[in-house]
Order: sequence, then C-alpha cells, then structure tokens
Amino acid sequence: MIKLKHILAAVATLAAAGAVFAAGADLGQAQKQETNWTAIVMFAIFVGSTLMITKWAASKTKTAADFYTAGGGITGFQNGLAIAGDYMSAASFLGISGLVFGSGFDGLIFSIGWLVGWPVITFLMAERLRNLGKFTFADVAGYRFDAGPIRSFAATGSLVVVAFYLIAQMVGAGQLIKLLFGLEYTVAVVMVGAIMMIYVLFGGMTATTWVQIIKAVMLLTGATFMAFMVMLQFGFSPEAMFVKAVEVHSKHDAIMGPGALINDPVSAISVGMALMFGTAGLPHILMRFFTVPSAKEARKSVAWATTWIGYFYILTFIIGFGAITNLVPNPADYFVGGDITKGLKGGGNMAAVHLAKAVGGDLFMGFISAVAFATILAVVAGLTLSGASAVSHDLYASVWRHGNVDQATELRVSKMTTIALGILAVILGIVFEKQNVAFMVMLAFAVACSANFPVLFMSVLWKDCTTKGAVAGGTVGLIMSVALTVISPAVWEATLGNPKGSAMFPFASPAIFSMTSAFLVIWLVSLMDRGPQAQKERAAFPAQLIRSETGVGASGASGH
Amino acid sequence: MAADVVERIQANPKFKKMVSTRNTYSIIMTIMMMVVYFGYILLIAFNKPFLAQKVSEGSVMSIGIPMGLGVLVFTIIITAIYVRKANTEFDALKDEVVREASK
Repeated sequence: MIKLKHILAAVATLAAAGAVFAAGADLGQAQKQETNWTAIVMFAIFVGSTLMITKWAASKTKTAADFYTAGGGITGFQNGLAIAGDYMSAASFLGISGLVFGSGFDGLIFSIGWLVGWPVITFLMAERLRNLGKFTFADVAGYRFDAGPIRSFAATGSLVVVAFYLIAQMVGAGQLIKLLFGLEYTVAVVMVGAIMMIYVLFGGMTATTWVQIIKAVMLLTGATFMAFMVMLQFGFSPEAMFVKAVEVHSKHDAIMGPGALINDPVSAISVGMALMFGTAGLPHILMRFFTVPSAKEARKSVAWATTWIGYFYILTFIIGFGAITNLVPNPADYFVGGDITKGLKGGGNMAAVHLAKAVGGDLFMGFISAVAFATILAVVAGLTLSGASAVSHDLYASVWRHGNVDQATELRVSKMTTIALGILAVILGIVFEKQNVAFMVMLAFAVACSANFPVLFMSVLWKDCTTKGAVAGGTVGLIMSVALTVISPAVWEATLGNPKGSAMFPFASPAIFSMTSAFLVIWLVSLMDRGPQAQKERAAFPAQLIRSETGVGASGASGH
Repeated sequence: MAADVVERIQANPKFKKMVSTRNTYSIIMTIMMMVVYFGYILLIAFNKPFLAQKVSEGSVMSIGIPMGLGVLVFTIIITAIYVRKANTEFDALKDEVVREASK
C-alpha cells in the first residue's frame, strides 16, 4: 500500500486527478474499523503455524550458512514462491486492486511497473549472484575488490534500502491493522516487530523462507478464488465484465483508457528505470539467490517468481474490476453512509477486502484480511535478515575483523543485530505514525537502482572496474538519489509541507539522473585508477569471470 | 578452484564462445524488455487516445487493456524462454567446458 501510496503521491503532484487516487490510497488517514474477530482468529492461526515452523527451523539452524541462506538447500521452485512472497506486498494487493477500483486502466500501469524488473535480474544477475556470492550481495560486488571500502559501501547501500523499506512496511502495518482488525496502531507495530524477531532470531533464513512460501500460497489462493468468482459471474467473458463496470462506475467509459497518472515523460521513464533496475539492487531479494544450491536452481527461482508475481497482478486487475461490478450496485453495504460519492468504508484500499465479503462471505473476508496482514510479516522478516547480514557478515566479520572471526561469533553478532533492527523498526514505526511515508518505498528503489545495481553490474561484468571506481560511483548514486528525492515534490511539498511548486527537482523519481551518474562515475574513476591495487583487481577479473559464468568453485549447498 | 583449471578454461575457445553467446542473448533480451516496457509507458505519456480506442466496433474493452496484459504476459514468457535456454543449451556448453578443463 505504501509503495503505491508514495508513487501515487509523487505522480499526484503532476496531475490534479492524481491527487484523487493518492487520497484514495492514503493509509495515513485510515479510520479504525470495528474489531474483526474472524480476521484476528485467522491471523492467530497463521502466526501459530508459522511459529511451529520456526521451532522446526531452529533445530536446523546451527551455522552461519544455515542462518543466512538456509544452508543453500532450498529448491528453485520453493525459492521462486519465497521470492514472490517476499515481493508481493500488501501494497500490491490492496493498493493496486483499489486503484483499479477507483480508476480502472491506470491500475494496470502499476502492475506492469512492479513486474518488469524480474527479467533484468534473470538475464543479467541471477546465476552470477549464485556463482560468486555466499551470504550477501557484497560477496559478489567485492569478489575481487578491496574488502574494506567495497563492503562498507555495499553494507551502507543495503542498510539504507532496508531502513526506508522497513519504515514504510511498519507504518503500513499499523494503518492496516486499524482497517482490517480494528485494533490500535501501536499494537500492530509492536506485534509485527516481535513476531518477526522470533522468526528471524530462531529460525533464520529457513523460517523466513517458509513464512514467505506460506504467505505466497495463501495470497495466490485467495486472490485466485476471488478472481474466479468474479469471472464466473460474467461467464468468463472479460468483455461482459467491462460492459457492466463501465455501466456502473461513476467515470463510465473513462476507466477503459489511461487517466492522468502518466503525463510527464521524464518522470514516467525515471520511475520506470527505478522499478526496472531497482529490483536488481534490493538486498533482501538478492539474498534469496544464495539459498539455492546452483545457478540452474537460481534461474528456475526467478522464472517461477516472475510467473507467480505476473499471475498475481493479472488477478488484482480482475479483482479491481470485480469490486466495481459487485460493490457499486450495493452502496448500502459497502460505502460510507450508503453514499457512493463518500467512498468505500475504510477507504479505497478496502476494495479487495469488501469484494472478499461479497463473493465469499464473512469467513472469507476474515481470511483475506489475515493474509493481507501476514504479507507484511513475511516482507519485514526478509528485510531484517538482509539488514542483519549486512552488519554481521560485511561490516563486522569482513571489514572490522578482516575475516578473522569464527562462525559462532558471527552468528551471535547477526542475532544481536536482528534484535537491534527489530527494536529500531518498532521505534521508527511509532515515530513515523503521523508522517507521510509515501515516498519511502520509491526512495528505496531509487537507491537500489542508483547505488547497489550499478556497482554490482560493473564489478561483475566490466573487467576494468576497480574498487575506487565502484565505491566512488556507488556513493555518488546513493547521495544523488537521496538528495534529489528530498527536493522532489513528494518529499519537499507533500511531506515537509513547503508550498506547492517550490520543489527544486520537479520529477517523480531521481533514477534517470542518479543511476546514469553512478555508471558514469564508476567508469571514469575506474579508468583513471592506475595504482598497483587497481592492476591487481583487473588481473583478478578472468578468474572471477570463469567462476561467475561456470560456477566452478562456487560455494555449494552445505548438505541438508 | 585450482589455478590450472582456471587457465585451461580460459584457454578453451569454447568458453569464450559460451560467454559471448549467452551475453548476446542476455543483452538482446534485456533490450527487448526495455523497448516493450518503456514503449508502453511512453505511448501512455504521448498518445492516450490511441490506447483508449476500442478493440472493435461496438465493444467496450479498449486496446490498452489487452496490450497492458500483453506486457505482463510478455515479461513472464521472455523470462521463461531465457531460463529454459540457459538451463539446457548454455549449461550443456558450460558442462562441456568444465569437463574438458578438469580432465
């Protein structure tokens, strides 16, 4: 929801009509609903069963490799589902179906944007990550580089992305619990922090993976059922569904074409670049590639992940239209005061939840609400684990102790970091309750595509890349993406409250400038870098190339 | 890995061929994906009426909808094609190179 909200907020500044959508997707104004016991019981069952799994996973989590990567023993199919579970957020589900409900066609534009990063990972990154890496993406970026600077940079890039993503998720969880369960904001934030810590602390990557798999299966099953019931009403004819939707929707035929979401081509391309290349720089996603035993399985993972995520987005489109055709004709049940112009009870993001009630009754609505909330847990657990590994594996073990550290100590540090991150996430969630965090997920993507992705790409694929070049370019990308976001309308005006039109950077995303600059600086500085260390790094390229392309010497599964 | 294995792989022309074939595929497919996606959003930015026109006379569905769903399906299919090719053809080449080097 938050993802959507903040893109929406960004785009809204460019188009008056966009503001309507942004308001519709704004969880910040969520009103507390009646306590929903069905949903709470369903959610309790989910938590109960995932805690059992965590107990089982704990018995298998003994070494650092178990903790970070589940011992590398996850299959491609399982990992594909887990990646989908890591990536399909409450934003995708409630936000996109809500956007389709509000404006039809425009919702589709978002779905597409959130999917197109996957082929890029597949074609350029997946197998090379698996072949070169062990626990974190810094293993890959720093394969032939000077560990100190490159790992410090990569860990910083990871932590920045994780922090913004985490805040967005925590605030989203707090708002969502008011809507779905009718409970207090703080209850949600503390609960999410606590349960997530148990998963990660005791079950490490094994528990996190299974939580993500279960959540993905539940979400896909629930969404499939809803889409099926909708299509059934129309004899599986999309045309019949669209006819009815156009007839009842207040915007009528306008929902069949693009609205005001994309007007400015520079912003459109820039947001597109952030989504397309940012996905390949998200540390919690990259980390998932180390959980499979081989490059072959890594490729299978992305193929499955792309399939499930793409399928899911097609479902959300049908769900959005189903919400139009099912909810609008019955305003008394679903709209505030029975008045369509006053909007859906609980806001535009509730379209999918109300539709769940319309097609499956109270019990199914409870199930869908529980799934939407469980979704946040799965995402947050993955984020925390990748943050913890950046601190313990990169900063502590490699940079500070120069690799002279035993596994037990490293494992202890990652667990301590997990606790620290969990507490920090709860505090930030509470601090940011009243803040507009709409921009944060887009900022995470902007940093991922401007700092992490260029460094990863150049270090693996360009023989002349050096430590100095990679660190300089990555740092430029990181600073630029954050700075330009701060002076863009989404933060400068919508969050900091400066007058409209005062933002110095007029576009919705910095990616087109910050990512290009990062590549340029990496290239320039590497070319000028002529020191002995640079020569050594270039000389190490052929061996790196052989390992990244063939997997010879890659760290294998630790035998489960 | 042993240094001589590295040298032998590096000296094997099949290795160079494998890397360049696979890279050609990756790059062409990445460009195809970019053309399709950026083409679609630029079409939205520059020509909204085109996307809003109806699929056929008298229908309600606009051509933007099957096109948009088409981009989603294209994304899934192009990924699947690459993975299939890499897991069979390219991996066979790779196994051959590795086998020859470790003889």
